[in-house]
Amino acid sequence: MRLSFRKPEKFSVYWAEVMREMVSVGVGSLGIISIISVFIGAATTIQVAFQLSSPLVPRSIAGSIARDSTILEFSPTISSLVLAGRVGSSMASQIGTMRVTEQIDALEIMGVNAQGYLISPKIIAGVTMFPILVIVSITLGITGGYIACVLSGDVSPADYLVGVHEGFEGLTIRVAIVKAIVFGFLITSICSYQGFYTEGGALEVGQSATKGVVYSCVMVLFADLVITRLML
Amino acid sequence: MIEIKGIFKTFGENDVLRGISAKFKPGKNNLIIGGSGSGKTTLLKCIVGLHEPTKGDVLFDGQNFTEMDFEQRVPIRTHIGMLFQNSALFDSMTVEENIMFPLNLFTNQTHAEKLDRADFCLERVNLKGKNKLYPSELSGGMKKRVGIARAISMQPKYLFVDEPNSGLDPKTSILIDELINELTEEYQITTVIVTHDMNSVMGIGDHIIFLHQGKKWWEGTKEEIAHTDNKELNDFVFASKFMRAAKARL
Repeated sequence: MRLSFRKPEKFSVYWAEVMREMVSVGVGSLGIISIISVFIGAATTIQVAFQLSSPLVPRSIAGSIARDSTILEFSPTISSLVLAGRVGSSMASQIGTMRVTEQIDALEIMGVNAQGYLISPKIIAGVTMFPILVIVSITLGITGGYIACVLSGDVSPADYLVGVHEGFEGLTIRVAIVKAIVFGFLITSICSYQGFYTEGGALEVGQSATKGVVYSCVMVLFADLVITRLML
Repeated sequence: MIEIKGIFKTFGENDVLRGISAKFKPGKNNLIIGGSGSGKTTLLKCIVGLHEPTKGDVLFDGQNFTEMDFEQRVPIRTHIGMLFQNSALFDSMTVEENIMFPLNLFTNQTHAEKLDRADFCLERVNLKGKNKLYPSELSGGMKKRVGIARAISMQPKYLFVDEPNSGLDPKTSILIDELINELTEEYQITTVIVTHDMNSVMGIGDHIIFLHQGKKWWEGTKEEIAHTDNKELNDFVFASKFMRAAKARL
């Protein structure tokens, strides 16, 4: 990790690499994040409405619960687990392939700090783009809930919107952002590490990618618990 | 000049290199030969710093490379070019970007100057006009040539080559050997080549080191290799019927 953040040989080259990784992580993940967020938001709203179908409970509460669940758990955690599969496995296999095809050796021969050149741009991209993706996911998740209300009629759209606005606390957004940053760091660093220390051939590259995803998912869930306990 | 002194390398219980010392001749093709598992590639990796020797020293122009940390090694590394067995071109970059990569990191040349240098290097390896191709679009021989172009882009003093002929047909192998030889002579590069290809040995071997069981077993020139009475070297060099017949004609 220390080697990954050593002073770059040339800032402009590293900056270009950071930008490339940010586009890959951010723009490249937008599609899958959008799809899962809309569906999870919609499903959550319908399930909450079903479970709270009592005349004593205001219908708008479905909006409040769906909002908080989306902000605190579904968007940061589920999105990150999906991103571990998409982004993490790609990083581990990319770096792993570079290792087994001697491309990392080629970097080192040239005098390039291979850890810094390959890993730090990915970590920077992770910690900057994950929060943005989570914000997008929250927005789309809540929108998904609204669409579910319109289409299913389980809760009226007006009640849902009242619920979404009622009792909103900024802290929940801060928790989501902190989670996104931590998860982004964990996924990119664990998967990059697994890729960087791959030994062998194609089979081991696959194993590194699998290990990277599994370890980062476990760490994301553990960190989720710790952050939730500490901040709420 | 490159000098190695008492290089040992152990992986776990396995002693791969057992006290190898040698001086590589400046401006010449220095060949490290030996059978599979004799420690050739491990020795090469110890010299260039990809493996740390368990014991012993590697000296570049008298500077002890082994004792240096990463930062201290960088100025020496900028004088090193290396051609890997599988070329090790960066998949995500075009041919031109591969060649310009070290220039981007370690020089302050303008973009136009770097493009000129890439063009020159490509022309030198007879790949003019292939700038925009990706490694996946190249044949094995072309990849080797791009690897050589990238290795010479920084005008190195030392060129290391790992198995330059592996996976190539005999004709392309000879072309690659000739290219390495021309570059060595033209730019007075100290070239260290790991090979077990006898065509290379007899074609471009100015100075030959034969490894056997992790030790330096023999050292000499290609003229001397044909007349040696070293049993292990004879077994290696004249393993094929063709080479035995060639020796009989001498």
